[in-house]
Amino acid sequence: MATTTPKIIIVGGGLAGLSATIKVAEAGGEVALFSLVPVKRSHSVCAQGGINSAKNLKGEGDSTWAHFDDTVYGGDFLANQGPVKRMCEMGPGIIELLDRMGVPFSRTPEGLLDFRRFGGTLFHRTAFAGATTGQQLLYALDEQVRRYESEGKVKKYEYWEFLSSVLDSQGVCRGICAMDLRSMEVVTFPADAVLIATGGVGAIFGKSTNSVVCTGSAQGALYQQGAAYGNGEMIQVHPTCIPGEDKLRLMSESARGEGGRVWVPKNPAETRAGKDVPEGDRWYFLEDKYPKYGNLVPRDIATREIHAVVHDLGLGIGGSPMVYLDLSHIDRATLDRKLGGILDIYEKFVGDDPHEVPMKIFPGMHYTMGGLWVDEDQMTNIPGLYAIGECDYSIHGANRLGANSLLSCIYAGFVAGPNAMKYAKNLAAPPENLAASFANEKNRQMQYNDLLVKNQGTENPFKLWRELGEIMSRNVTVRRFNDKLQETDAKLVELLERYRKVNLSDRSMWTNQSFLFTRQLYNMLQLARVITQGAFLRNESRGSHYKPDFPERDDANFLKTTKAFFAPDADEPRFEWEPVDVSLIQPRPRRYDTK
Amino acid sequence: MANKSVLFKIKRQATPTSEPFWEEFELTWRPGLNVISLFMDIALNPVTRNGTPTTPINYDSNCLEEVCGSCAMLINGRARMACSALVDNLEQPLTIEPFSKFPVVRDLVVDRSVLFENLKAIKAWVPVDGTYSLGDGPRITPQVQEQSYQLSQCMSCCCCMEACPQFNESTGFVGAATIAQARLFNMHPTGKVLKDERLDALMGDGGIQECGYAQNCVEVCPKEIPLTKSISSVAGDVMKKAVLDFFRT
Repeated sequence: MATTTPKIIIVGGGLAGLSATIKVAEAGGEVALFSLVPVKRSHSVCAQGGINSAKNLKGEGDSTWAHFDDTVYGGDFLANQGPVKRMCEMGPGIIELLDRMGVPFSRTPEGLLDFRRFGGTLFHRTAFAGATTGQQLLYALDEQVRRYESEGKVKKYEYWEFLSSVLDSQGVCRGICAMDLRSMEVVTFPADAVLIATGGVGAIFGKSTNSVVCTGSAQGALYQQGAAYGNGEMIQVHPTCIPGEDKLRLMSESARGEGGRVWVPKNPAETRAGKDVPEGDRWYFLEDKYPKYGNLVPRDIATREIHAVVHDLGLGIGGSPMVYLDLSHIDRATLDRKLGGILDIYEKFVGDDPHEVPMKIFPGMHYTMGGLWVDEDQMTNIPGLYAIGECDYSIHGANRLGANSLLSCIYAGFVAGPNAMKYAKNLAAPPENLAASFANEKNRQMQYNDLLVKNQGTENPFKLWRELGEIMSRNVTVRRFNDKLQETDAKLVELLERYRKVNLSDRSMWTNQSFLFTRQLYNMLQLARVITQGAFLRNESRGSHYKPDFPERDDANFLKTTKAFFAPDADEPRFEWEPVDVSLIQPRPRRYDTK
Repeated sequence: MANKSVLFKIKRQATPTSEPFWEEFELTWRPGLNVISLFMDIALNPVTRNGTPTTPINYDSNCLEEVCGSCAMLINGRARMACSALVDNLEQPLTIEPFSKFPVVRDLVVDRSVLFENLKAIKAWVPVDGTYSLGDGPRITPQVQEQSYQLSQCMSCCCCMEACPQFNESTGFVGAATIAQARLFNMHPTGKVLKDERLDALMGDGGIQECGYAQNCVEVCPKEIPLTKSISSVAGDVMKKAVLDFFRT
């Protein structure tokens, strides 16, 4: 029979992981929470613009159904609709709870939550805390978890890396194998259920808006252990990012939500500074083409338009791949109150004052809609293993609407936490040889570490990573061509081969960050093939997945989820497809210029 | 000003108990470099200025945009975040060291867990009844929100503690960040139910009395949080409570 106190392991301490932690602790479970970094430093902290919910506090007649329709439409009908509807219905309750927990949401004169408009909708349904909403939501959940920690209900393992799950002889997940990043010790941890909340995969694309820890390594490891990966090819490129030497810094959609305007000089040879170009010489191309949604068309559409204006029409600023995002027409006080955090980022890292001059931006890899495949209870195809948040595929279809990510993370955590508890209480006794499963997995990981640290070779892992990022960003983002995708997969095979000759210049077994990164790199390469081959096989255009050779959406052949499984003998993915549940809202053409 | 190269030295340390040592580096300049990108360059080619092979630098980082609080270190003697330390705004040769008041783990990685222990001590949370639905939270005016938002931006980087002359082993001072967080939660309509306990936690040794009003904290805070105002405000509350407690007993 199941033990009296369910033991739940949660990997990842962002919004999804902390949401699940709170639900499990509140329900009397014991949580072991693993994170690469102190949980309040998780990547959720970077989210800027806001969190959606149809509270309808702007007198617009908004509803959870309208939110559901906007989300399904924005996702180009690729998501199974049941979970999406439930998420939208839970939205108002989630906002109310976060408010009660002390998130300093921006307020109206009547003291109520303020809401702004975000991409892909005509309703003001995005609650926000200045321009650092993700940070504030994360901090509130971090504080609640700290309370449970002080009560002994949650044990945190910060600066630990997830290596793999421990599967018993029947393929049921019975715990994890993890590594202490200080001592590099490899340890197994038993649990009744494991929740994976390990976020996005930005590092696979080299530079992205993601944080350093967003490698997708945990997902890659689980995929190699038999977890199915859904719609890996659905990668969101955010239209407005600030290019940088070390990362692409996000310039939130809320800038456009508060009235920011995207434009280029009409004259490709324009030499005047942005602020000196008069109105008549500016082309506000998004407003021109999309009179109803204007600058707030969904991200995939905005990205493609910017890409086309720069690459096809040659109208990038001064010939460079950049366009203007202009806030300078808005008064300073409003900008500071509603967008202060992101304007600070622009000023600090670029040196120009966006109150005075238009910002220069360009699209950058930002989010993965694809992720570990899960059922309606957030369980993967591996019994006892759940996936929640950006690392799960279930909500956003072929394109995510802005401000839906924060909601989907908390939703998934709130659903999976109680589900994991129920599962744990009904869990059958493990097979007799369970101890051997743990010992074998620990040995396997220790042997791998040993091989890696001793490997004599010539390849610098950071150089391999740079090559990975460059080719993925070039060929597997905004525009996809089948010959280029095949070239990319061939390059990935080459990088995997060269990985065998990787040389660690640091062979210390104490706090060795380059060892950790090199380990993650292998899983990144394997997952990159899932993304690339999935894109190759989907011969249509849908949401963020755009193939100029197949420019239309093809529901007859592709209204289905791409499901990738690792084929160990071939050492590459094999694919299955699953029809999408569109029973609640029938697919219709996705047009934001008319709607 | 176009520099051909960037010169910097880093104070490294292999383990918590080994001796620190300096390494010098010279890298090719490019526009837009920050200190983090210097470390990334070293990882691609870990060789010191005089050509000796070395190891990539170990350092805490995550967001690279000054919201997570990870990459705090001493750069040219000043406590600050490495991601927002733009090379062009810094005097060369750059001097990069780990925080001096926290135990070194390796290279630039230090142990800042003391701050998280302090946040537990002052119950830095809002004690909600439960996650079940209880409808809307309390109404809060925009003016109050603007104040709490400011305080709520603290990313636990510990720059204030590093810069504070009173933060050291002999005083056991909690530091400005913890005090400002106490003020934040004491301001919240529900949070203030724990106000007495927070004030108690800040009395006595290591508490708010250790503050010497040097004002280094507010000077280095990357988020420009009103730390000294917060310390004054909380000190006033602590004083009032101490007097009332005295007359109550």
